[in-house]
Amino acid sequence: MNRSLSKSLFYGAIVVAGLAAPLLFPGYTFAISGLWVMILFALTWDIMGGQMGYNSLGNIFFFGIGMYVCAIVQVGLYYNVAAYTAPSGQIDVHFTPHQYYLGLTLGIAAAAVVATLFALLFGQIILGLRGPYFAIGTLGIALAAGELFGAWNYVGGGGGIALPTFPGDPGDRALFFYILCFILAIAAFAFLKWLYSTRFKLVANAIRDDEEKAEAMGLYTKRYKNLGFAISAFFLGISGALYGNMIGFIEPVEVAFPVITFGIFMVVMCLIGGKGTLWGPVIGAALFHVVRQLTWTYMLGWQWVALGGLIIVSVVYFQQGIVGWVLERWPERFGIRVDEAGSPDESLDADPVNKEAA
Amino acid sequence: MDAIIRCTEVSKAYGGVIANDRISLEVPAGRITGLIGPNGSGKTTLFNSIVGYHPIDAGSITFEGREISRLRTQQISRLGLLRTFQQTRVYKRMNCVENMLVSIPNRSDAFWSMFRGYPADATRRAERLLDFVGLYQKRYLTAGSLSFGQQKLLEFAMALMNEPKVLLLDEPTAGINPTLINGLIDRLRRSVTEFGVTLFIIEHNMPVIMGLADNVYCLANGRLLAHGTPREIQSDKRVLNAYLGENYGNEAA
Repeated sequence: MNRSLSKSLFYGAIVVAGLAAPLLFPGYTFAISGLWVMILFALTWDIMGGQMGYNSLGNIFFFGIGMYVCAIVQVGLYYNVAAYTAPSGQIDVHFTPHQYYLGLTLGIAAAAVVATLFALLFGQIILGLRGPYFAIGTLGIALAAGELFGAWNYVGGGGGIALPTFPGDPGDRALFFYILCFILAIAAFAFLKWLYSTRFKLVANAIRDDEEKAEAMGLYTKRYKNLGFAISAFFLGISGALYGNMIGFIEPVEVAFPVITFGIFMVVMCLIGGKGTLWGPVIGAALFHVVRQLTWTYMLGWQWVALGGLIIVSVVYFQQGIVGWVLERWPERFGIRVDEAGSPDESLDADPVNKEAA
Repeated sequence: MDAIIRCTEVSKAYGGVIANDRISLEVPAGRITGLIGPNGSGKTTLFNSIVGYHPIDAGSITFEGREISRLRTQQISRLGLLRTFQQTRVYKRMNCVENMLVSIPNRSDAFWSMFRGYPADATRRAERLLDFVGLYQKRYLTAGSLSFGQQKLLEFAMALMNEPKVLLLDEPTAGINPTLINGLIDRLRRSVTEFGVTLFIIEHNMPVIMGLADNVYCLANGRLLAHGTPREIQSDKRVLNAYLGENYGNEAA
């Protein structure tokens, strides 16, 4: 009981801290929103990369898809998208608050659905690839998407799209999107905490450890892989929709499909925190985000070098990640130990054959 | 004696190498059948063909009267025909109990089964089976930290957890401590009597397979060389020449 009480207090404290943060540090609302997005990135990457052993380098694809789909819905509900994004002869646009919120709600929903559908579609092809081939396959998809959207004039091509302006003052806008990012990260965490208590986790781990054995045992491996990929895409699609609106302007290579920044950060955060665990990605994302913010502020010009250094140190000296290292250091505290008790019940214990073997 | 597996004229070639050449054999239900032969005689290839690991070139394989030679591994294993590997394969970063739980029968799994937990009695059954193979005390250790022999026992327990009708075992005693082999033989026998599993076993350890099997098939160079009771096989001139060596019969007798 005591343990469950302290657990509830712990989770409660996180929620309170999360809600209080933008009020206590109003100047950092945007930066802390970024933290929740990073935590979501790491959590969703870890479903495939950590739990299932499918290291994707292109998960950022779903983020970008979500961003574009949301934008198209937000604009398309009330205007002709092609006219809206046309570089010359711009049309006059104005979104009423009602139009704005309705568009955003439907846009987020559409982003989630379309990203999930893309995951199921591409899953048919690339989930048959294993190891480095899967990594390169996903990377290819994300890179190609950036280029394709850059050439697609309907959505503004390389020039991008400006999103509808928030009907309210900028402080409220930051707080509004902060709350949405916060809810999304907490929802993803709660969902995964539950998901990892079901069969999904053990089968995912079995696929990670030996997929061929899992197949030989008759497990529906394909079903689980598709599900894991779809769940990642679902949350990433929503995060893309929110992030696009937070930035206010979508551009294909730097904002929507930032393969070499966010796309790689996802992987690095899981590696730092400890992949294949629930808390590893969260801790890794928090640490990474803080380091990133600090280096961007105090080491400007050297920030990429500092970040690269962090990545190298973690990959070379700390491959298990923080949570993995703790698990390895104190295995007994996590129940990894020899049980001195004899056998599960007396009837078997009394059996001479079992005695002899023990 | 009802045949639960029936292979008819099964052939499989890898490029120019004919690994299995028109092999016909029957595995009777509720019995222990042995499969012996020198290295490279095509035993594991035949196992792989039966469980659908690769397509066969010609012939037919039936399981409970149903043609399975066109089915894939996962479909075949869900019918209740399971194999263990020569190079032991367990889920190394999961603990023994998790290895067992993930092996519960999944024939009737629906889409929503992915989100279910494990039934309460599954853990209990897992623990009993781990006790059955002598791994109960180590059940919370990761499978990768067990010795090779223990991993082999775990793999056997995982297979039983899946409640198969037929279990194909590829060299179950290889790499197991000689003092544990008697315990293992006993467990193999009990899996037949207590769990009603039919066993089809590849084995190089002659005393083990001759003592265990009701009947034995011998392969050599991809062909079926001989078939009979262990006694008949041990005195079969062709087998002795091809595999056991001239003096083996005298030693065993």
